[in-house]
Amino acid sequence: MPRRTRSDAIVAENLQKSFGDVRALDGIDITVKEGTVVGLLGPNGAGKTTAVRILTTLLSPDAGRAIVLGHDVTKEPDIVRASIGLTGQFTAVDDNLTGTEFLWMVGRLYHMSTAQARKRGAELLERFGLADAAHRTVKTYSGGMQRRLDLAASLVNHPQILFLDEPTTGLDPQSRVDLWEEIRGLVREGTTLLLTTQYLEEADQLADRINVVDHGQIVAEGTSAQLKRKIGGDHLDLVVGRKVDVQRALEALAPLVSGEPQLNGQSLSLPIVDGAGKLADAVRLLDKVKVKIVDIDVRTPTLDDVFMALTGHAAEEGE
Amino acid sequence: MAVIALNRSDKLRWTLADAATVTRRNLIHIMRVPQLLVFSTVQPVMFVLLFTYVFGGAIKASLPPGAKYINFLLPGILIQLTAFSAMNTGIGLAEDATKGLIDRFRSLPMARSAVLAGRTLSDLVRNIFVLLLIYGVGSAIGFRISTDPLQALGAMGVLLLFGFSMSWIGATIGLTLRDPESVQAAGFVWIFPLIFASGLFVPLQTMPKWLQAFAKNQPVSVAGQATRSLLIGGPLGPYLWKTLAWGVGLLLVFIPLAVSRYRRT
Repeated sequence: MPRRTRSDAIVAENLQKSFGDVRALDGIDITVKEGTVVGLLGPNGAGKTTAVRILTTLLSPDAGRAIVLGHDVTKEPDIVRASIGLTGQFTAVDDNLTGTEFLWMVGRLYHMSTAQARKRGAELLERFGLADAAHRTVKTYSGGMQRRLDLAASLVNHPQILFLDEPTTGLDPQSRVDLWEEIRGLVREGTTLLLTTQYLEEADQLADRINVVDHGQIVAEGTSAQLKRKIGGDHLDLVVGRKVDVQRALEALAPLVSGEPQLNGQSLSLPIVDGAGKLADAVRLLDKVKVKIVDIDVRTPTLDDVFMALTGHAAEEGE
Repeated sequence: MAVIALNRSDKLRWTLADAATVTRRNLIHIMRVPQLLVFSTVQPVMFVLLFTYVFGGAIKASLPPGAKYINFLLPGILIQLTAFSAMNTGIGLAEDATKGLIDRFRSLPMARSAVLAGRTLSDLVRNIFVLLLIYGVGSAIGFRISTDPLQALGAMGVLLLFGFSMSWIGATIGLTLRDPESVQAAGFVWIFPLIFASGLFVPLQTMPKWLQAFAKNQPVSVAGQATRSLLIGGPLGPYLWKTLAWGVGLLLVFIPLAVSRYRRT
């Protein structure tokens, strides 16, 4: 295998792909360092799945190039396929095989020996808590079990890079948390991970760096903290009892406020540095001028706020 | 990391191994969902019974004197079931596509032809079973092979080769439409005219001349004639050659076509 810089597991440059009139990818650059987790965050139809399909050799780009572990995905697809794992957007397991048979088949198709494939399958069933169901047909599995088997299948070849396309979409909250735990375990073992999600919390929980994708373009890139910082710091959210209190509160809190306040009826949202530390001060100042406080809270920006600020629409709506 | 096939002989070995793995998987499916097998035998059994007892009396008049209709009919029924089995090939692949399994296979470093070869080969194995079963049903109501065992084996060979060729047409359609219901609907459109505008169920000479021209030469019809001659006697040579030519020709066209549909991005 040719030498590559140790640090870049995935380098994609200017990837473009159209389906008819729809520009699914409009020139995307993605870099993933070895051993890190990068999240592609965006709404349905943003182009996340198209990007993953190109990087996993399922789709060829109209323009641009993608290098995975030093190999061009369009020129050496089999070498790329042998060292990656893919868990697609929809669970792809075989209903009529048992868990054991399914993983054995995948192992054989990775060109393991029969014995190797059997051993690896048993290991993975054990690891994903499916050992008891190993000899049941997959159609008797619950949705969460099927998703775990799906993930197990993408780990058969000890992939250096794992692609997870919306891994927890459609799972119940408990299954989601369980799957996150599995994913964290893989990352601890050194697997490089590219994850797509439309759940802000998921990107926040799992990803070291986040690419925000919208309309086939990366609209922002950084750590979760960097992205949050981009749209400013903490906010003091305040609801006052009377209309006259609004002006009074603005004047009283002026020494604390670090930016342009947003007003909406009797609700105020005030940018504030070190919100948590200033909450007591704020209450004291408001009390001094007899403002009736209905509700007061300090809010640290979420990725929802980031998305709204970057794209003008919420992450979990709109096609 | 898995082994990467580097030289040509390794590549060939893995291509065969991959096809065997997928074939095995499909055969497990057939055994585990026996109702699919039952349904694929119900239709030909019904055809045998309906044609024999409903149309048999009327059609007998246009057969040579003394000929039994069941002997004329059964070879045709066997060929028509291999043609319909092509639809099953397409449906199976369309189901794999809708369940995301085709994408899973395509993300593996396996041979691009293996999923298709595995499907068409497992359908061939299924055809052996269904053919023998229908032969049993036919025998129960009076069908008798009147040639020698070697020719009867030859008939089996023709049936399997022909069915295998038709399977690749089904595979191409399955991977183009990627929806089991559409594949089924399309099946009736392309299979029915081939089945009925043929000498499978009735002698050709009662058809209008223009239709005879089509019916004499189209693949399902010539394969039916070849099978009939191999099982109950009659002129063989031209039918056999035409059948082999069609069989090989269809494979040459539809294997690359189906594989390119599979690779489609």
